[in-house]
Amino acid sequence: MLRYILKRLAIMLVTLWIIITLTFILMVSVPGSPFNSESSSNEIVQANLNKHYNLDQPKYIQYLEYIKSIATFDFGPSISKPHQSVNDLLGRGFPISFELGIISIAVAVLSGIILGIIAALRHNGIIDYLAMGLAVLGISIPNFILATLLIQQLAVNWEIFPVATWSSPAHMVLPVFALATGPMAIIARLTRSTMLEVLTQDYIKMARAKGLSPWKIIIKHALRNALMPVITIMGTLVAGVLTGSFVIEKIFAIPGMGKYFVESINHRDYPVIMGTTVFYSVFLIVMLFLVDIAYGILDPRIKFHKKGGD
Amino acid sequence: MLEVQDLHVTFTTYGGTVKAVRGVDLYVNEGETLAIVGESGCGKSVTSNAIMRLIPSPPGKITRGMIRFKGEDLVSLSEKAMRNIRGVDISMIFQDPMTALNPTLTIGTQLMEGLYEHQKVTGQEAKRRALEMMDLVGIPNPEERLKQYPHQFSGGMRQRIVIAIALICEPELLIADEPTTALDVTIQAQILELFEKIQKQTGVSIILITHDLGVVAKIADRIAVMYAGKIVEVGTKREIFYQPEHPYTKGLLRSVPRLDLKGGKLAAIEGTPPDLFSPPEGCPFAARCAYAMEVCTHVHPVKTSLSPSHQVDCWLQDERAKKLLATSSPK
Ligand SMILES: Nc1ncnc2c1ncn2[C@@H]1O[C@H](COP(=O)(O)OP(=O)(O)OP(=O)(O)O)[C@@H](O)[C@H]1O
Ligand SMILES: [Mg+2]
Repeated sequence: MLRYILKRLAIMLVTLWIIITLTFILMVSVPGSPFNSESSSNEIVQANLNKHYNLDQPKYIQYLEYIKSIATFDFGPSISKPHQSVNDLLGRGFPISFELGIISIAVAVLSGIILGIIAALRHNGIIDYLAMGLAVLGISIPNFILATLLIQQLAVNWEIFPVATWSSPAHMVLPVFALATGPMAIIARLTRSTMLEVLTQDYIKMARAKGLSPWKIIIKHALRNALMPVITIMGTLVAGVLTGSFVIEKIFAIPGMGKYFVESINHRDYPVIMGTTVFYSVFLIVMLFLVDIAYGILDPRIKFHKKGGD
Repeated sequence: MLEVQDLHVTFTTYGGTVKAVRGVDLYVNEGETLAIVGESGCGKSVTSNAIMRLIPSPPGKITRGMIRFKGEDLVSLSEKAMRNIRGVDISMIFQDPMTALNPTLTIGTQLMEGLYEHQKVTGQEAKRRALEMMDLVGIPNPEERLKQYPHQFSGGMRQRIVIAIALICEPELLIADEPTTALDVTIQAQILELFEKIQKQTGVSIILITHDLGVVAKIADRIAVMYAGKIVEVGTKREIFYQPEHPYTKGLLRSVPRLDLKGGKLAAIEGTPPDLFSPPEGCPFAARCAYAMEVCTHVHPVKTSLSPSHQVDCWLQDERAKKLLATSSPK
């Protein structure tokens, strides 16, 4: 187990390095610079600024500087927001983004699984068709469209929920709903189909032949096996929620990391781009790692290390 | 102890209604082994699932009949009451031990959960019982094995575990649906010996479903021969093996490979079983029967008792047919 974790850590570091390198290449190959948009077209000022932020150095030096800053967890000052370090921005934005992400994922997973189970148990009944119809809608409507529809109807027309920002539980409802619906629909459909398959297995019949109660059979025998494929796609779903959160944060003016990330790209704020990218990447890589570990815990057939034959 | 009367089970499918079991009568005495034999699709599994009330519904349904067990009719029992019979009074063993165990739970958990469900036992007591059962079915290192998962066991070992699970609440009737079909021959013999040993030790009655007459010859007390959803002949092992009367039973016995008869082909029964969507009016075997008479294709034979334990559904056993055969030679 320990060896497996160490190996995974090494792979994670390599992955991160590749991401950093690609991001750097993309960043410097996109035309423009942090100072183009500003009216300070004074050449001397620009040169000074470039010098101040190391932008006059050859690219490989800049690259090494970034690697160094990442290794020391100090991404330096923001360019577009003077007097603020990237770490400040991350420190402010991350808790909010994390809250939005975690709540959305929790809502998606819980409601998706419950919906999937109910649909499977009421197989081919009205509830099943209703749930799966909703799921198809949920998968096919992009979250930014859902978000605007929600704002228009529930916030502007009916004034049930606040239009934007992130300051109370009521503020959270619409963005979470917009962000969670897609993943929830995917989980519901997957849970339903695997559940239906698992319910026809011999060990379920065997559990019934033991005289166990229906609930015990579903929770103890069926669900655990049915959730295996759901856990496999959790990594992808987390990635989806993450990228979805950029858009949702922007639409709902939520002051999370996504907002800084999008802004930083518009402003060519290199340190912030680097900082947020690294942060998102680390988060996603760790999540994928946790998913694998969870999978191994749920399925005893998966071994993290080879230990003799079977 | 168990008595099934006129059991009918149908499945409603898109293609129509399958009459899988069409009036099965059988009984099982205490401590005996009843074997049900018959070719694939004749309704053996459906009959045994019906006794456990484990017919998937929909599409399946017990449409008629009675399953009397210890004075109660299981057909009319509520699902909740039925749960207290399953695993406690009647247990079931399935064909494929590779799929009958849950891959994500330890053997110990799967072994003991029936106990926890039905008897008020402490953890210690449950474990003691589990170890006892592992010992009974012949699994070495039980203490250690309880903590392992199904994939760590071979097929034969898994079937032993399945048997242990079935027996842990000390049922009075054990239904084994082709318990050895998925195993290789040496393991088969071991499992059959295990059944004999268990029956001797616990006195449990066994319904053994199989299409392997070798298995039947080894451990059955009585044999029921099933064809197209009906029991066509039933008798003691001696009666069925030495005085079979139904042409289908004779055909079955002839189709067993034998070492003492050299040369000659295996005598397979020609033809296929009838379509259970629309079974024939008369004897279902008539179309394949070498002795079929006019009456066979139109009217279903009545049951004839050849001895108190030997019954057969065949017009040839009818007094009138016998008289006819005595006067005129068969064509
Ligand atoms: N769930 C079901 N839906 C529709 N038809 C079914 C279902 N289960 C069984 N049947 C039908 O019932 C008939 C009897 O099946 P059963 O499984 O009892 O046969 P069997 O005697 O056990 O055969 P085998 O030796 O192959 O196990 C078959 O013709 C089958 O098509
Ligand atoms: Mg069968």
